[in-house]
Amino acid sequence: MASAPLPAHSAPFPRFAQSGIAQLHSVSKSYGPVHALVDLNFAVRGGELVALLGPNGAGKTTAIRLFLGLVKPTRGRVSVFGGDPADPETHVRVGAMLQVGRVPETLRVREHIDLFSSYYPDPLPVDVSLQIAGLRELAERRFGVLSSGQKQRVLFALAICGNPDLLFLDEPTVGLDVEARLLLWQEIRKLLEQGKTIVLTTHYLEEADALADRIVVIHKGALLADGTPAEIKARVRRKKIRCVTRLLPEIVEKLPGVIEVERDREATVIDSSRPEDVLRQLFQLDLTISEIEVTSAGLEEAFLALTRN
Amino acid sequence: MAATLSIFEPGRLGPNLVTICLKEAKYEFLKSLRYPMFSISTLLFPLMFYVLFGLVMGPQTIGNVRSTLYLIPAYGTFGVMGASLFGTAASLAMERGLGWLEVKRASPMPLFAYFVAKVVMSMIFSVSNVLALVLMGAAFGGVHLPGSILFKLVVTLVAGSLPFCAMGLAIGYFAGPNSAPAMINLFYLPMSFCSGLWLPFMFLPKFIQRVALFLPAYHLSQLALNLVGGGQGGTYLRHWQMLAGFALISLGVAWVGHRRDEKAHG
Repeated sequence: MASAPLPAHSAPFPRFAQSGIAQLHSVSKSYGPVHALVDLNFAVRGGELVALLGPNGAGKTTAIRLFLGLVKPTRGRVSVFGGDPADPETHVRVGAMLQVGRVPETLRVREHIDLFSSYYPDPLPVDVSLQIAGLRELAERRFGVLSSGQKQRVLFALAICGNPDLLFLDEPTVGLDVEARLLLWQEIRKLLEQGKTIVLTTHYLEEADALADRIVVIHKGALLADGTPAEIKARVRRKKIRCVTRLLPEIVEKLPGVIEVERDREATVIDSSRPEDVLRQLFQLDLTISEIEVTSAGLEEAFLALTRN
Repeated sequence: MAATLSIFEPGRLGPNLVTICLKEAKYEFLKSLRYPMFSISTLLFPLMFYVLFGLVMGPQTIGNVRSTLYLIPAYGTFGVMGASLFGTAASLAMERGLGWLEVKRASPMPLFAYFVAKVVMSMIFSVSNVLALVLMGAAFGGVHLPGSILFKLVVTLVAGSLPFCAMGLAIGYFAGPNSAPAMINLFYLPMSFCSGLWLPFMFLPKFIQRVALFLPAYHLSQLALNLVGGGQGGTYLRHWQMLAGFALISLGVAWVGHRRDEKAHG
């Protein structure tokens, strides 16, 4: 496993630790005819890092924007620290890294951070924010001349500079190269050790696995799964075997390790959590088997299959 | 526990509004100053017109006033309008349209500070613009404004820039990030012409003069021209009333745009 064992966090929010410090209560959100979230219940517990995992358009960003009070739910209720997410009292305890089309390019990195720090009652010193985001050498550069990875780091710095208790990171590592991504992961883990609560969205299972205490999978605005990385991975550790075989689907379905069997024109497609075992059996049962392909089921596919069962 | 709750005590709610507004304005100013498309064009165009039509064309009189004097309030109004409209509308449209405003709204920044910063920044450019014209007139046009007149001119133009800041907000809420400059010019340039900021008002066709009575740029320029004896008449009260009315209408439109944005997003 890529992640270091996570230290036990001291829960800084005894009052909310049980019920969740940020919560979506049966929230639906529609943009005109588009249903971004459908009756979603989701609670963030104090001190945890929870990853919202899902494909593009799953509703991850909508969930984040609801938590930040940027949009109001169509139905249901959103609470953060027991209050309205749009209240200034809430905002001073929250930091956010959002996907943004364009940031003012003529301000220097230090200036951007200095300005955002000034909004908070108890911000980190600007140099500390620069240090955490790995921007010390870039402090005097104008935003416009930075690479896309460096720009991401500035947005990360803006999220943390107010020393907030709760952080929302919307696809924080988009556009980062491998090295920068690992560095950011490291900083995110450090924040967690300090007792921060973090919600991040990603469409990489690997990223969620490396960082999160808990993974919540959403798809088409609904919750598909909620569990520890180990639990989630076990549920998606399945492969698709595609082959041409004389065996009838009803027979294949009965083999140990087979989850689902489908016909696709002349081929048989077998969904399996133990592909090696299934292949061994297939070879024994059908000597003419041919055109074998084994592929990993995509996350989305894996979870869709999961909900069908 | 105390540490968690102390944040809810009044006074711990963060730095005070004035501090935030000042810092926001400072960076709004630096941001715009370093953006040559804005800073060069708002400062240079009025000055360039003044040099061409006031200084290069040689001494003339407009009404009873020397052209080098007459054109200071005229291009002053033109420059103030430009700084206010572009200073608010262009950046608001851009920041609204491309997500930056959303990042700010997710932070504890009071929205009030965001708008105050844009207005203050525009005003700094407005003042610089008027002073540059006055300096140019003094150095090369033989125009020596008494201190009291100069003071009144600056105060009039800066106070009179507010309706245009309001108009800029209205445009900024309805224009897209790319179309904003074009849309601003669509208001800015015809209004400048019809209000007599390029050609002196008395040279304009009669029907345009009648249209001008409904344009804020006309009323502000008349207030400024009155200070140097180049006005067309009309009372101070009337001009200020028209400007105030126009500001209120613009703010109303901006408010509608703001509500529309909030609805569209949430």
